[in-house]
Amino acid sequence: MEPSALHLLLGLATLLPLASFFFLLMFGSRLGKAYGHGAYVATGAIVAAGVLSFVALFIWLGSHFPGTPSHHADVAQAAHGTSGEHGAPDAGHAATQGLAESEGHAPSGAHDAAAPVCYTGSYYTLGEFGKLRLEIGYYIDSLTICMFCLVSLIASCIHFYAMGYMHDELHQVTDHEVTLRDGSHLKRRGRYSVFFQYMSLFCFSMLGLVLAGNIAMVFVFWELVGICSYFLIGFYIERKSACKAANKAFIVNRVGDFGMIIGLMALWGGLGTFAFGDIERVGADGAKHTEPGIFSLVRSGEHHSLRTPDGLVRLSACDEAAKVVGALGPQATAAEIDDALTFYVETWRSGGADGTGPRYGYGLLIVAGIGIFCGCVGKSAQFPLHVWLPDAMEGPTPVSALVHSATMVAAGVYLVGRFFPVFTPEVLLVIAVVGCITLFMAATIAITATDIKRVLAYSTVSQLGYMMLALGVGGWVAGLLHLITHAFFKSLLFLCSGSVIHAVHTNEMTEMGGLRKKMPITAITMLIGCLAIAGISVPFVIGFSGYYSKDRILEQAFAFMLHADNRNFLASLFFYAAAGGAMMTAFYMFRMWYLTFAGKPRSQHRYDHAHESPWVMTIPLMILAVFATGVAWQPAGDLSVVNLLEQSRPLGTLADVTSPLTGMTWPNEHFAHEPAQHEAIVVPVTWLATLTAWAGIALATLIYCLGYIQASEVRRQFEAIYRFLLNKWWFDELYDFLFVRPLHVVGRLVAAMDRRWIDGLIDGSARVTRGLAVVWDRLADRLVVDGSVNAFAEGVYGLGLWLRGLQTGRLRQYVMFVAAGALAIFVLISFFSGFYWAA
Amino acid sequence: MTPLFAQITVAHYLAVGAVLFVAGIVCMATKRNALGILMGAELVLNGANVNFVAFGSDYLRPQSLGLDGELIALFVIVLAAAEAAVALAIALNFYNNHTSIDVDRADDLKG
Repeated sequence: MEPSALHLLLGLATLLPLASFFFLLMFGSRLGKAYGHGAYVATGAIVAAGVLSFVALFIWLGSHFPGTPSHHADVAQAAHGTSGEHGAPDAGHAATQGLAESEGHAPSGAHDAAAPVCYTGSYYTLGEFGKLRLEIGYYIDSLTICMFCLVSLIASCIHFYAMGYMHDELHQVTDHEVTLRDGSHLKRRGRYSVFFQYMSLFCFSMLGLVLAGNIAMVFVFWELVGICSYFLIGFYIERKSACKAANKAFIVNRVGDFGMIIGLMALWGGLGTFAFGDIERVGADGAKHTEPGIFSLVRSGEHHSLRTPDGLVRLSACDEAAKVVGALGPQATAAEIDDALTFYVETWRSGGADGTGPRYGYGLLIVAGIGIFCGCVGKSAQFPLHVWLPDAMEGPTPVSALVHSATMVAAGVYLVGRFFPVFTPEVLLVIAVVGCITLFMAATIAITATDIKRVLAYSTVSQLGYMMLALGVGGWVAGLLHLITHAFFKSLLFLCSGSVIHAVHTNEMTEMGGLRKKMPITAITMLIGCLAIAGISVPFVIGFSGYYSKDRILEQAFAFMLHADNRNFLASLFFYAAAGGAMMTAFYMFRMWYLTFAGKPRSQHRYDHAHESPWVMTIPLMILAVFATGVAWQPAGDLSVVNLLEQSRPLGTLADVTSPLTGMTWPNEHFAHEPAQHEAIVVPVTWLATLTAWAGIALATLIYCLGYIQASEVRRQFEAIYRFLLNKWWFDELYDFLFVRPLHVVGRLVAAMDRRWIDGLIDGSARVTRGLAVVWDRLADRLVVDGSVNAFAEGVYGLGLWLRGLQTGRLRQYVMFVAAGALAIFVLISFFSGFYWAA
Repeated sequence: MTPLFAQITVAHYLAVGAVLFVAGIVCMATKRNALGILMGAELVLNGANVNFVAFGSDYLRPQSLGLDGELIALFVIVLAAAEAAVALAIALNFYNNHTSIDVDRADDLKG
C-alpha cells in the first residue's frame, strides 16, 4: 500500500475506539445477560486499532526505512524525496543545501538541510471564519506512527488486564470505603461497561491528539483526554477522595490550559494558521499552492534556523507600522502599504540596522512558546502543577497505568516534542528548569511514600521531569525515547502494583512483604520494570530500555554543561540533578520492590489472603515486560526506535543554537555522539549512570532487604527532612494557604455581600412589587372584573329562581298556559296585522 | 234561511273543528286522569284534522288545497297513533311507580 494512504489507516484506527464508545454508551447498560461482553467490544476496537497502527508502521518502514544517523552525511536524505509527501519544501531545502556546500558552512549545521518526512493534509474543514480556518487535519511522521503503536499496544494490554481487574464491577458492588449514614457500606450496581466506555473514549482522544495536524485540533483532543481522565479518576465517584481528586485534576489542568490558550492566540494572531506542516491546497482557480504551516513559518531562516515570522513581527511592531502608514499618507493603496511594511520587517526583526534596537516579534514568540508549554506543564504534571497526579491514583489501577503514567501525561511531553521547532532557546531554558525541579522534587517525595501507587505516581512525575529536562537541553530524541521506554516500563509497574493490590486489597506497603512466593509472575515482571526504570545495563553492550533513554538524557545534559557558553550554575545543576535523580530512582524503585515482595510478611492476614492474579492479568504483564526490556534495542540493521525517531527530527534542530537573551548555547543532539566525543562524553556518562543506578539499588538492598541499616534509625536522624518529604514538600498545604484559603475567604465575602446587598435589593423590589400587586388585585380584579362577572351570575341565578316557580308539576296548568299563550299570540297577531288587512 | 238548511260551507267545518279543539283543550285542562288527557290531545288533533280535510275538499271551495289537505290529515293520524303508543307506555310506567294515573301526583321534578 502507498504511504499516502497512511492517513486513512490511522484515521480509521482513531475512529474505532470512538465507535466502541458510542456503542457502549447506547447499548452498554442494555446488554442484559451479556453485560460483561461490553469489554470485548472495547478491547476488540483497541486491538484492531493496534493492528492498523502496526500495519501503518510496516508501510512506513517499507518506504522510509530508517538510516543510521551518520554524523557527517546528510541524515534523512535516504528517506527523503519519495513521491507522496507534501510537507517537505523540496525546492527550499535543495537551495539551502547548495548554499551550505558553496560556503563550506560550519560542520554542525551542514548536515541539517533535510526536512523531516511527513504527510500532512486535512480530512474535513469544520469552518472558515475570515482568516480562521478550523480543520480536522493530520500530520503523520515517524513520531506519530511510533506514538500510535505505543498507545494502542499499551492500551490493548491494559484492556485485557482490566477485564480481569475490574471483574468485581460485573455484579453488585459493596464499596467498603464509603460508609452511609446508617453505618452500612454503600451498595451499588457494577459499572463494568461504563469503565470500558470511558477507556474507549480515552483511546480515541489520545490517538486523535497524536494524529492531529493543527494546534487547534490538538487543543480539542487535549481537553478530551482531560475529561476522560476526570471521569476515570472519579470512577468511584461515591468516595469523597475520588471526587476531590477528579476535581483537583480538572481544575489544576485548567490553569495550564489557560496558558495554552494565550499561546494559541499569540500564534494565530501572528501567523494566521494553526497547521503544523505545510498543506498543499487546490485554490479556487484550480491551481495548486502550498500553504505554509507553523513549522516552516517559524523555521524560515538559513538552514531552517529559528527566525521570527513576518506576521509576528508586524503584529508586535504595530506602533512602528502605524508610523510608516502615517508617513505614506491617506492616498496610499493597500499594495503600497504592504510593500512599505515588507521593506521594514527585516529591520524590525533584527533590531534595527545595528541590531541594538528592540527585536520585534521575538518576545511574542517566547510568549507563544511558554504558553504552549504551560498547557504541557498542567497535563504532564510538572512543577508547579504536579499536585494533581499523585491524587489521581484514586482511579482504578488500569487507569493509573494507561492514563496517568503511560500515555496521557506523556501527551504534554509529546506536544513539547511536536512543537520543538517553535520554541526559542529561552523557552527551552524554562522547560529545562521546570523539568529539573520536577524530577528532583518528585524523586525525593517518592522515597518516603508508603502507598505503592503513590511511589509510582511520584516516580512518573519525576520521569516526566526527565523528559522535559531532556527536551529543554536540546535532546529531542532523548526526551521522546524516554517517553516511549517510560510508557512501557511504567505501565508495567503500575499493572504489577495493580496485581498486588488486587491480591492483598490494600495500597499500603507497610502491610505487604514477602509476596514473591505467593505471586511469582508479578514479582518477576515488576523486578524487570524496576530494572528498566533504573536503567540497569552491561555498559556499552546491552541493557534494559531505560538504560538507553536515560543515558541519552544524561549525555545531552552533560554536553550542555560542557559547552563553553554554559559555564554557569544552572547548566551544571541540570546534569547533577539528572544524575542524582537517576540514583534516587533506583533507590525508591527497589525500596518499593523489597517492601512488597521481599522479607517477611508484615500482615499475616493479608499475606494468607494473597494469590497470583489470573492469566488475563499476568499475560499483559509478560508482554509489557518484554517491551520494557527491549523496546530500545536495535534488532535488525538500522531498525530501532532511535533511528525511527531521528526521521522526524524537527527542522533545524541539528545546529547549535545560541540564545540572544541569555547567551547560552544549546549544542546539537548529535554532538554528544560524534566519535570524537566518545571518550569525553559518552564513556564517563555511561559509567556514571550505571554506577549511580547500582549505588541506589545497593543502598535500597542494605536498608530494606538485608537490614544492615535500620530505616527507622535513618528516619530519626533526618527527622526534619523526613517530615518535609513525607508531607510532599508541603505543596498541598502551600497551595491550600496561597490559593484555596484566600479563595474561600473571598468567596465567603462575596457570598455575604450577595446575601446582604444584592439579595436585599432583589427581595426589596420583590416586596414592593408584591404590595403593588395586592393593591391592584383588590381594586381592579376583585372589584371590577370579579364584581361584574359575579353580578351577571347573580342576575341569571335570580331569573332562574323566578322561573323555577313556573315549574309547578301540574299538567293541567301547563295546558292552560299553552292555551292562554296561543290565544295571546293570536290576539297579538290579529291586533298588529289588522291594520295591514284593513289597508 | 235558517242555518239548518243553508249550504254547507268551509265555515261550518271550521266551526266543528273549533268545537272539537276547544273540547280537547278543556278536556286536557280539567282531567286528572292521564288517559283523559290523552283523549283530549286526540280531540285537539282531530279538530285540526277536520280543518285540513275541509280545506282540501274540492266541493267546498274552488281553490282548495287538494289532496295535500287529506295527506296532512293522514300524517296527523299516524303521528297521533305514535303519540298514543308512547303516551300509553308512559302511563303504564307511571302506574307502576305510583299505582295511579293521577297526573297531579306527577310532580317529582317540580322546580
